[in-house]
Parts: sequence; structure tokens; C-alpha cells
Amino acid sequence: MSLSLFFTEEHEMLRRSVREFAEKELAPHAEEWDETGFPDWVFTRLGELGYLGLHYPEEYGGGGGDYFTNIVLAEELSRCGSGSVNMAVAVQVGMATPPVLAFGTEEQKQKYLVPAIKGEKIACLGITEPNAGSDVASLTTFAEKVPGGWKVNGNKIFITNGVRAHFMTLVARTEKTKGYKGMSLFLVDTDTPGFVVSRKLDKVGMKASDTAEIFFEDMVIPDDALLGDEGRGFYNIMWELQGERLIGSAAAIGGARLCLEQLLEYTKEREQFGKPLCRNQAIAHRIADLATKIEAAEALNYICAWKYDNGEYPVKEISMAKLFAAQVSCEVADEAMQFMGGYGYMMEYPAQRAWRDSRLMRIGGGTDEIMREIIATTMGLYAKG
Amino acid sequence: MNMVVCVKRVPDTSESEVHIDGSGKGIDTSRLSFGINECDNYAVEEAIQKKEALGGNVTVISLGDKQSDEVIRMALAKGGDDAIRLEDEAFAGSDAVAVAKALAAAVKDVEWDIVFTGALTDDDGYAAVPVALGEILGVPFATYVKKLEVMDDGKKVKVGRELEGGLMEMVEMTTPCVLGIQTGINEPRYASFKGIKQAARKEITIKSASDLGLDASDCGEAGSWAALEQFTPPVVGEMAEILEGEPDETAGKLAGILKEKGLV
Repeated sequence: MSLSLFFTEEHEMLRRSVREFAEKELAPHAEEWDETGFPDWVFTRLGELGYLGLHYPEEYGGGGGDYFTNIVLAEELSRCGSGSVNMAVAVQVGMATPPVLAFGTEEQKQKYLVPAIKGEKIACLGITEPNAGSDVASLTTFAEKVPGGWKVNGNKIFITNGVRAHFMTLVARTEKTKGYKGMSLFLVDTDTPGFVVSRKLDKVGMKASDTAEIFFEDMVIPDDALLGDEGRGFYNIMWELQGERLIGSAAAIGGARLCLEQLLEYTKEREQFGKPLCRNQAIAHRIADLATKIEAAEALNYICAWKYDNGEYPVKEISMAKLFAAQVSCEVADEAMQFMGGYGYMMEYPAQRAWRDSRLMRIGGGTDEIMREIIATTMGLYAKG
Repeated sequence: MNMVVCVKRVPDTSESEVHIDGSGKGIDTSRLSFGINECDNYAVEEAIQKKEALGGNVTVISLGDKQSDEVIRMALAKGGDDAIRLEDEAFAGSDAVAVAKALAAAVKDVEWDIVFTGALTDDDGYAAVPVALGEILGVPFATYVKKLEVMDDGKKVKVGRELEGGLMEMVEMTTPCVLGIQTGINEPRYASFKGIKQAARKEITIKSASDLGLDASDCGEAGSWAALEQFTPPVVGEMAEILEGEPDETAGKLAGILKEKGLV
């Protein structure tokens, strides 16, 4: 077994197991789920196998693994050919539940974290609003203190898992201030009166994943719904997003690798003008470029993951890794479609799904432009004087 | 109910081109990926299911070099309890009989009621190891097992053997016995992360030919009944006609031939 700098034998066994599961149990449904959405049993099966809690402590039903276990999970879930599953799992595992472990009371951990790890409860994260995405400081959803609890009004949009989730990790203002202060986190059961899924949003890609627009209409939640300290909500959610960007990049790179394999197979088999497509230098050299870019994206991602896992917080490099992985995944999917010609453009072949799914990578989790802005800022380009 | 399950690491040739190597006695494996032999995967699952239902111990045995640890560890991750790997240069060139001699020597130190193997391997495909193993151990054996029911507190088993045309031959035999498991008998599980972590802590005992009490004459080519001379690619026979062209063209030609010969 060849082990890399970053992976142990345990990681490699996990990799083989997740890959086998994704290829045998999920991939055959990828096309169908683009129409119907993927079923809830995907969460329960992943939970049974322990894949939804790889890095969580064993006392809550987790696997006690390190950060790289989730990198492996994201890379290998891509083998199912549907970006949606990876996205839903990333929200469940890496975005909605880490604050519960970090800041939750024991009761909150038992009520939300334990069933989320088992795949029995599906989680979503309520940050983005129609007028505030990466600009979190502009959030307006307001939780007003009332006797015994909080009354929440406002709305959220583009909420992954939002249609079917059992609970939401919600970011809302608890003070009528502006900016980063005065926000708090809450754990909200989605069957609470006043929690209204107004629309299931129709997307270009990632169609097997449900995305919701949600309104809170005088939604009253109890005092113990507050997660962590009042007023610390911004800080208590932002810390995890850097690590999660690398998980997103891992998913993008995993998808790009699958796409590359498929285009290699196609260009080797497809003969035009008396020889396989891949023996045309115009195509061969482009494939060489794609393979090179995937390697580079992966290497950058692993180095950032290693630093992050070892207690560093390399925001600039993580932004670079995310920016690059997203662009590479889109480029590979686009070239795959190009090499396949008319067939690539047809809905009956999987190239179009990779093309549509990968496009979100440059938008979700912070757009390319936001990544560049972070990189430029941390390079000191905007410093005066 | 104690069980042994024998597993082999084999190249995955299902979706790759296979080329004969320079020696003429093997294939070029440099571009192939490896994994557990498919039938063995079902054998592992069957052993673990029986252990879960009836209690007992599952020992995983494999003949191979260090790289075989990856298939052993995966069997341990799925629920195997302990493992033995048989490694010795003397085993090189073993046919099914010589492999069975080594496995038989290995199970002598283990308490067992059933030894599971795959019905055949994806690489050599002789389907002879379970038969030879049963003979050497002097116990009843069955191959192509696609159904297994344990009876009388583990003293007997009822075995369904898959025959041509989907026929199932039902056989009863006493334990201890050797069963060659066919694919499809169960649904092999995926290793959970908990299982993977536990497997990392389980020990794999390495045994050489001398540890097993085997003489040089029992091992490798000396211990084999058959010797591999060389591989040759199949020759296109005179009766074969290879249709050239695009699929729609060849389909038309094929239809014409079938019609002409009165086959449709």
C-alpha cells in the first residue's frame, strides 16, 4: 500500500470503503436523483457506517478520527457522480453541527448532535439571507427576547437541506446593532410554528439536493434554543468556515478526478478520422493540462488541510485552495463536455451533470471574487500608506 | 461456532486490458488495481453473519506478501477477530493443491467448525482450493455454496449449491467442513469507521513454511500437482469472423449473418 505524506492505513481503508459504498449504492441512482432528489436513507446509511461523525468524539457516537477523515469522505463521496450528496453531507457534518459540539450544552448535544451523527436527524445551516451572503455582517433576521424564549422574524435563502431538515443551526441578530456584534446562534426544530419553508428552489445543478427559502414568522423558540453565548454568534460560526472550505475543495477535486477518468475512457475509445480522440495532440495536451491542474489543486488542498489540522489558520492559502479547486473542477467538467461533442451536451450522458454541479463550486462557500478579495486583502494590497 | 475464512488479494481485471508479462508465466500488473477476490468477499460476509447469529470467532487467513494485509485488515474491519498471513518465498509457484497444503497446515493451530473460502479466484480461476483443502483436512466439503443454514447447534449444516440453469442442489453435511462460497449468497457489508479503527489494533500473525511444519517438498512448485508452463493470448480461429466498423454498420452485418444462417 502506498501511503502519502498525509494519509495513514486507516485513511486508506476508509477511502476504499467510502468509494465502494458510493460506487455501488449511490452512483446507480445519480441520474434518477437529479429528478427526484436523493432519498433520506442516504443519511441513515451513512450514519450507520459512521461516516457522518468521522471526526466527532466517540462519546457522542463519532469515530474519533482526525480532520483528514472528512477530506477522504468528501473526495470519495464524489465517486457517486452526484455533487448533491457531498454538498448535503458537508452541511450536515461540517457546517451545521460543529458549533453544537463546540458550544452546545450536554442536552443540546444529546438532542441534536447524537442523532445527526446517526443520520436520524438532518441538519441545515441558516446564515445566508437575500441581502447578506458572505457579507454576514449585514444579516437582519432578528430574535427578540420574550419571556421564556425568543421570537424570531426574518428570512433565509439558498439553505441546503432546508426542505427536509429536522433542525437548523440559525444565525440571528439579538441586538438592534449593525456589524458583527449582537448576533447569536440558535438550534431550531423545523417543526416549530412559524418556521415556514416558502419555496423549494430550482437550481441549475446540484439538483438532487434540496435548497430552501425559509421565512420565520413570529417563530417562538425556548430559552434553551440559544447555542453558545448570546452576542457571540458571528464568531461562533465563522471559525469553522475555513476548514469547511477545504472540505468543499476536496469534493470539487474528487469530482474533477472522476470526470478526468471518464473523459480518458471516452477519448481512448472514441475513434474519429481513424484514430482514438486522445491520440490527437490538440486533445492529448489539454488532457495533460487538466491532469496537472488536478494534481496541483490536490497538493495545495492537502498542505492547507495539514496546516489547519495542526492548529494553523492559513486563511490566505485556504482561499487560494478553494478558488483554484473550484476553477479546476469547472474547467475539467467543461473540457470533458467539449471532448464528448454532441454526446457531452445530451442529458442522457453524465457529463452534463458534472458540468452543472461543478459550476456551484465557484459560487457556494464564498464566490471566486470573495476568495480573491480575501487573498488580495491578506497580501496587503489594499493597505494605505 | 468458530470459523476460518481464507482470502486472496487479486488484481482487478474486470475493466482493464490484461497483458502477458516478459516471463510468459504471469501478467503485467503494474497498471492494475488490487483488492479482495470477489467470492472471498462473500465468504467473509457469510462467516461474519454466522458469527453474529451464533457467536464464536472468525480467523482470517491469507497466503501472500505484506500487500495482502490490506485485504486482511478490511476483513478484520468488517468483523473478523484475528488473522494469520502465510508468507514465505517457498510458496512461490504454488498451484491450488500446494496452496491448500499451506492453508491446511495453518488451520491446524486454530479451533474451527467451518473453513470458508471463495468458490474460485478471479485470477487463476481453478476453483480447486476448497476441494483440495477438504480432502487434505479429511472433512466434508462443498463448492459453489449459495445458501447456508447451520443446524443442530452447529453439528450439521444444510448447504445449497448453485448448479447450471439456477438449479440449487441441497446437501446436508456434518461439521467440521470446508465451504467454497459463491457470489450472491449474501450482501457484503461496507466497513464502518469504527470497524476500521478496531482493525488497526488487531494483530496479523505471520507464519513461514517452517512455522507451519511444512517441508520444501510440500511448498511451491515442488508441492504442486500442476505446473504453469506459459500464458498465450487466444488465437483467432478459422471459424471466427471479426466484424469491423462502426456499431450501426457491424450490427447490420451481424443481423445479416444470423439471418443467412437461419439462426433468427
